[in-house]
Amino acid sequence: MSQAATAPLRLGLLGSPNAGKTTLFNALTGLHAKVGNYPGVTVERREGSFAAGERQVTVIDLPGAYSLEPLSPDEAVVARVLSGELESPPQALLVVADACSLERSLLLVGQVLRRGLPTCLVLTMIDELQARGGKLDRDRLEQALGIPVLGVVGHRGRGVDALRQQLEHPERWSRPPLPPPESTEDRAAWADSILASVLRVRPGASRNTERIDRIVLHPVLGTLIFGVVMLAFFQLIFHWATPAMDAIDAGIRALSALARDALPAGLLADFLCDGLIAGVGSVIVFLPQILILFSLLYLLEDVGYMARAAFVIDRVMGRIGLEGRAFVSLLSSYACAVPGIMATRTIPSPKNRLVTMLVAPLMTCSARLPVYALLIGAFVPARQVAGPIGLQGLVLLALYLAGAAAALVVAALLKRTLLRGEELPFYMELPSYRWPTARLLLSQIWGSASAFLRRAGTIILAVSVVLWALLSFPRSEAPAGLSQTDAARHRLEHSLAGSAGRAIEPLIAPLGFDWKIGVGLLSSLAAREVIVATLAQIYAAADEEGSLRDAIRRDVDPRTGAPVFTPATVAALLTFFVFALQCMSTLAVLRRETNSWHWPAFAFGYLLALAYGASFVVYRVVSQLGG
Amino acid sequence: MASPASQTVPSSPPPWLALSGHAAIPLSELALGRSARVREVAAANPRIGRRLLDLGFVPGSSVRALRRAPLGDPVEYEVRGSRICLRASEASCIRVVPE
Repeated sequence: MSQAATAPLRLGLLGSPNAGKTTLFNALTGLHAKVGNYPGVTVERREGSFAAGERQVTVIDLPGAYSLEPLSPDEAVVARVLSGELESPPQALLVVADACSLERSLLLVGQVLRRGLPTCLVLTMIDELQARGGKLDRDRLEQALGIPVLGVVGHRGRGVDALRQQLEHPERWSRPPLPPPESTEDRAAWADSILASVLRVRPGASRNTERIDRIVLHPVLGTLIFGVVMLAFFQLIFHWATPAMDAIDAGIRALSALARDALPAGLLADFLCDGLIAGVGSVIVFLPQILILFSLLYLLEDVGYMARAAFVIDRVMGRIGLEGRAFVSLLSSYACAVPGIMATRTIPSPKNRLVTMLVAPLMTCSARLPVYALLIGAFVPARQVAGPIGLQGLVLLALYLAGAAAALVVAALLKRTLLRGEELPFYMELPSYRWPTARLLLSQIWGSASAFLRRAGTIILAVSVVLWALLSFPRSEAPAGLSQTDAARHRLEHSLAGSAGRAIEPLIAPLGFDWKIGVGLLSSLAAREVIVATLAQIYAAADEEGSLRDAIRRDVDPRTGAPVFTPATVAALLTFFVFALQCMSTLAVLRRETNSWHWPAFAFGYLLALAYGASFVVYRVVSQLGG
Repeated sequence: MASPASQTVPSSPPPWLALSGHAAIPLSELALGRSARVREVAAANPRIGRRLLDLGFVPGSSVRALRRAPLGDPVEYEVRGSRICLRASEASCIRVVPE
C-alpha cells in the first residue's frame, strides 16, 4: 500500500437542500461533529472524522446548494471551498442526491463532475424510491456517469458500511471519460439521456404525502390546520411545562433553605442563597419550557410541516416584502432569537435575510416569559373572562401579538426604506413527509437544551455573582433605630448597584420606574430573564419571607408610602420588554451573521428607542385612566 | 459570479419570440392538474432566470401544476422529479406549451 493511500483524507460532502446530507453526515461520523465557522464568512462549518479501514477521513459537511453558481451566502461557501479559496480544498467529493428526484439532482452532479475531483455519488432515500414503485439500475448509472454510485438509507444506517469501504481509496475511483456539458440546457439533455437507460420505472407520487397534503394544504382545511397547529404550539408550551416548572422551583427553594440551615449566617450564606442559587435557579426554571418548545419546533421541521406552514403563509409574508421562509425563522424566534437568526441562512436574498434578522428579536422569545409570568402573576387578577379563558392568559396573548405585529410593521418599513430593492426569486421545496428518528430528534433537542444550560451556567452565573457583589458592597452601616427590613433596604440603596440604579433613575422616572427596576433593567442588558434573578436578589436581601411575587406586590416607596408597582408602571415595564433588545447572545449572533458591528448596533438602538417611546406612552395613558 | 459561458438565459426575450411561440403561455397561467413543456425561461433579472434553470425549469422539461396555496399564491409545481413552489411573479417568467 502506498504512502498516499493511507494519508488522512479530506472529504467534501455536498448536495442540494433536503437531499439527506445531514442524516448521512451523522450516520458516517456518529454525531461527533465539530461545529465552527468558515474563516471570514458567517456560514456554519461542520466537520467530523471517522476511520475508513486504515484511513482517517475528515468529512466537511458543506451547506446545501442547488448549484455551484451561487445565489445564497450558503451556496457561495460551497463554491469557494471547492475552489480552495476559503481553506485547502477537499481531496475527494461525496455528492448526495435524493434517488426520487434524480432528474433534478443530476444537474448539480454534472456541475460537480466538471470540477475534476474524485467524486462518488450517494443516492439517499432508496427505500422511498422503492415504496413509490420506482426502479433504478445502479450499475448502469455507474457506467453512464463514470463514477462510483452507492445507495444508502441514512437514518437506518443501511449501505453506510459499504460507503465507508469505498472511502478508503478515492484515488482508485473511476473518473468520467468526458466532463458533462457546461450549459444547464445541455446538462439537462445529458441527464435525460442517462436516465432514459437507468431509470427503468419512474417513481410515482408519494401516496402518503399526496394524501396528507390533500388535507393539510386544502384551501379551507389547510388554513384551519395552520391556525390550530400554531395555537396548539403555544398551548402545549405553557400547559405541559407548568408541573415541571413548579417542581424545579420547589427544588431550588428547598436547596436554598438547606444551604441557609447548613451554613452559619454571614457573607458566604448570603452569597450562596441570594447570589448563586436565587440567580441561576430563576433561569433554570425555564428549562422545561425550552425543551418542549424545541421538541415541537424540530418535530414540525423534521416531519415536513414547517415547509407547508411557509407555503400557507407565504402570501402574507409577501405583502410585507418577505417570504415564507422568513416565517419559519420568526416562528423559531419564539423559542429564542438566536436559532431564529441562524435559521435565516436558508433565505437566499441578503436583504430579505437582513430584514428578517433585524426584526427577529421582536418575536416574544422564551426569555421574556419569566418576566411576563412574574408581572402578570403578581398584578393581573386570575379572573375568568369567558368560559375557560382567563384574563392572565389574554394579557399574555396580547403581549405576544404586540411583538409579532411590531415585527411585521418594522419589516415592512425596512423593506420600503433602508433595505429596498434587489429582487431574488422565491422558491421553496416541499419535502415528502417523513417520520424523524428518535435519535435525530433527541440529538437536536439536546443540542439546544445544552446550549441554554451553558448560557445559564456561564453568562447568567457570572452576572448573578457580579450582581450579588454589586448589591452587597460596599457594606455600609444603616443608621440606628431602623427596623431590620428598612436597614436592609438602606444597605441596598447605598450599594454599588443601588447607586447605578439611582443614577439612571431620572432617565427612567418618566416611564414610572424606580431605582430597583433600574438595577433590574441594567442587569437585563445581559439577558432579559436576568431581571427576575436581580429582583429576586434585591427583594431576598430586603425581605426574608414570602415569594418574589408577594414582595413586589407589597413594595411601597418609603418616602411617599405609595406602591412602587402601580398598574401604569407594570404596563410600562411589560411594554418595555416587548420591544427592547436586552440579550448579549442575540447581539453576538447578529454580529457573527452580519459580519459587522453596524447592524447589531442598529438593532439595539432602534429597539431601545421603540421600547422607551412605547413605554412612555403606555405609562401616561394608563396613569390618565386612573391606574 | 457566473462564468460568462453559462449565460444561457436571455436578459429580455427578443420580440419575435412571442410570435413564434403562439402556443406558449406563462407557467403562472397553467391550470391546476395540467402538464406542460418548458419552452423558455425569460426573466428580466438574470439571477432569477439562472436559479429557475437550476431548479429544473429547463427548456424541454415537463412540468405540472399541482396545487395552489390556500391564500392563492404560491403554486406548487412538479418538475424533473421534485416539487417546487413558485410565486406567480417567478412562474410568469417561464413560458410553457401545455400538453
